[in-house]
Amino acid sequence: MSKQTTDIQLLTSPLMTRRHFVSGMAAGSALLGLGLGLGLEVNAGSVNASVLPRTGPSTLRGKQFDLTIGYQDVNFTGTPRVATTVNGSLPAPVLRWREGDRVTLRVKNNLSVDTSIHWHGMILPTEMDGVPGLSFGGIKPGEIFEYQFDVKQSGTYWYHSHSGFQEPTGLYGAIIIDPKLPDPVSYDREHVVVLSDWSDESPHDIYAKLKKLSHYYNFRERTAIDLWRDIKEKGLAQTWNERAMWNQMRMSETDIADVTGYTYIHLMNGVTPAEGWVGLFKRGEKVRLRFINASSMTIFDLRIPGLTMTVVAADGQNVQPVSVDEFRIGVAETYDVIVEPSAARAYTVFAQSIDRSGYARGTLTPDVGLTAAVPAMDEAPVLGHGDMGMAMNHGDHSMHGMDHSQHAMADMRGMDHSQHGMFAMKGMDHSQHGIVETPTQSETQKLGKAGLGSTREITHVASELGPHVDMRAEAPQSGLNDPGLGLRNHQQLHGRRVLTYADLKNLTPTLEKREPSREIELHLTGNMSRYMWSMNGIKFADAEPLQLKYGERVRITLVNDTMMTHPMHLHGLWSELETGDPDYIPRKHTVLVQPGAKISYLVSADAIGRWAYHCHLVYHMPGMFREVRVS
Amino acid sequence: MKKKMNEKIKQIIKNKHRRLIAYTLLTVLGLAQPVLAGGKDDPLLSKVMIDQLELRDADDSNPLVLEGQAWLGKDLHKLWLKADVERVAGETEELELQALYSQAIAPYWDLQVGLRQDSKPTPSRSWAVLGLQGLAPYFFEVDSALFIGEGGRTALRVQVEYELLFTQQLILSSELEANFYGQNDSNLGIGSGLSDLQAGLRLRYEIRREFAPYIGINWQKSYGNSAGYARKAGHDVQDTQWVLGIRAWF
Repeated sequence: MSKQTTDIQLLTSPLMTRRHFVSGMAAGSALLGLGLGLGLEVNAGSVNASVLPRTGPSTLRGKQFDLTIGYQDVNFTGTPRVATTVNGSLPAPVLRWREGDRVTLRVKNNLSVDTSIHWHGMILPTEMDGVPGLSFGGIKPGEIFEYQFDVKQSGTYWYHSHSGFQEPTGLYGAIIIDPKLPDPVSYDREHVVVLSDWSDESPHDIYAKLKKLSHYYNFRERTAIDLWRDIKEKGLAQTWNERAMWNQMRMSETDIADVTGYTYIHLMNGVTPAEGWVGLFKRGEKVRLRFINASSMTIFDLRIPGLTMTVVAADGQNVQPVSVDEFRIGVAETYDVIVEPSAARAYTVFAQSIDRSGYARGTLTPDVGLTAAVPAMDEAPVLGHGDMGMAMNHGDHSMHGMDHSQHAMADMRGMDHSQHGMFAMKGMDHSQHGIVETPTQSETQKLGKAGLGSTREITHVASELGPHVDMRAEAPQSGLNDPGLGLRNHQQLHGRRVLTYADLKNLTPTLEKREPSREIELHLTGNMSRYMWSMNGIKFADAEPLQLKYGERVRITLVNDTMMTHPMHLHGLWSELETGDPDYIPRKHTVLVQPGAKISYLVSADAIGRWAYHCHLVYHMPGMFREVRVS
Repeated sequence: MKKKMNEKIKQIIKNKHRRLIAYTLLTVLGLAQPVLAGGKDDPLLSKVMIDQLELRDADDSNPLVLEGQAWLGKDLHKLWLKADVERVAGETEELELQALYSQAIAPYWDLQVGLRQDSKPTPSRSWAVLGLQGLAPYFFEVDSALFIGEGGRTALRVQVEYELLFTQQLILSSELEANFYGQNDSNLGIGSGLSDLQAGLRLRYEIRREFAPYIGINWQKSYGNSAGYARKAGHDVQDTQWVLGIRAWF
């Protein structure tokens, strides 16, 4: 503890010790318990007491850290609940490291169950990765585990529990690593912005509800009124044709998020939208905002009305600056942006959930007393044919008269697969691994060039057949140039420039120039209504590890055979996203795979060990998970 | 403050107990999985569904009707119970129970095999059951089963339900049920062929997902020999009733 220093970022009031700060947080919780209105009223009389909890967690700096995982009373909705936290703080304290340092983190478990901490996005030895069952045995109640590793990178990352469903109940925090060399990004001030979601329901209850009634949290289902409006506008025949696919597939076009604002309250640095996180700036300053999506299930679309954001880093890695008005941040992704507020006014940092069922909110302001208007949420998206992996333009809902019998929809008739003719026999050999590979080196030249992505035809494997998989993308499009569901019309509708993955180019030239020697195609699969998730139709419990040879460079092509957007996270190895420029391939740790779409990245197997590879949506993760074994 | 602590401790203990019970169950059932990274993907769950618990406004009586289901199991394999109960003036007039093993065979379909026991009306009947339950294209919920009883008795039941949402909470469910029999069962007034049809419209308001009161109308009619038996016994062949009930699950 002695080596830790304290830093309460951008607090205008005198610095307080960490102890005080934590009790300040507790006071904040207590205030919240009495109602948000009261909390704000106190604001007028006693600035310090109320501002403290609104500025987010404290920062711990240095090389040695003592982190204690325990239970903490919280109250975000008016109902007292118990969270799992690090040092009693939600989010956990910001850990500030320096590139080149060797850090030691002593993690004590005060919970009644096993715990763990995973350092998300860190390149480190496998036994320090913090995944129970793969990296180590977990941290038993009452025990201390000492993590120690060299920090070989810089940027914005985060940490969270990898045990049970502890992360959804508050076990997450930011890691900021200062670079050894001068930072290529210049800024006068910075704020860490951790986005998350909180439910008063226990994660186990949410998971059970989804298994019992998968649309439990979707209150945007199509109604008879919608049907009547469509018939009036488009006529009966066209309405019938447009509905045909959904009716035959037995899926809902409004199925955008499994868990919604019905149960979630969205937090910005642990502060509710009503209260609002506060970040200060002085007019004319260049402000670096380090956004981290630490949600369990919520993908956010983020903007700051009135400010253009220059994206300078993605997943901790510097990228060539690109100016946008809005960007999507998937669960577990991080983005660093620079804003330059030129007016002495407040700006709202607005992060709406992908399904527009809720938002996290904060205020960038030169004065704690100022706030800005909170915009209304945008129109909620609906899925189109393209999102179901069908050969169509995105957002084109008007095509009709298609022969839906060819769509590889899995239904009773689908049991006879001979008519589909899409299951290549060579895939059968690998069915127990659920992996389709190019068999020999001689096929290398057929692989697309590094940085440009896969050129191969996709193949569905036999293990994708059965009651556990309800859909297979027939003609998945590249997700690269697509801003994503619900953002595609924002340029046209609102004049907002929206970030796409194709905009991401590494700031510095690609270091690893080798071409991939083989390609691994993995399908993200599931059965929405049974709420089962898997990869290549095989859930983690039944899957063989994905074997990589130490030193080899492979391409992974992910095909999303579901209607959900999946943030896929590979531990221990970079996911070098092929965004179209072989010379500036950006490195990510989490990649959003859009519904019915595909995306490719390169992976250099340069770290021996057992690594986790999974969807970061916490209720998809138990099934949609693979061990990647580098040996 | 102390009270809060006590509550927290209680909660922890409660959770521990739950976990212990769950683990014991899992171990007994031989279903325990290795604990790896994250939550368990396929926990043992149960669901109890009271699809209809309603009072019917019949001419001479007000029967209380329960149609319910429950399952215990995992994603693809479940133990499934179904109950059909009708009580009139404090007397159980109809009691039908099914105990089934349910296995997923397609994304939206479960194959169910098991036993059905009709305790009321008497004489009681026992059947073997082969059922298919699931969601058909165009969102028709289907529950169908073939029943094979003693003495070469056979029966087929098909139930189809469709839900129309007026709002997210106001939902009209329409239901159609048909019962067919292979041979006459004069003791129970059942005739071979199409025996009876039942159609219902129920408008429910989901106060929350798990709980919804409803009003509706239920129509039933006997056909063929069944209608003949009914006439002979002086019963109506056709009946339309208002219903008032609740639908719930947990």
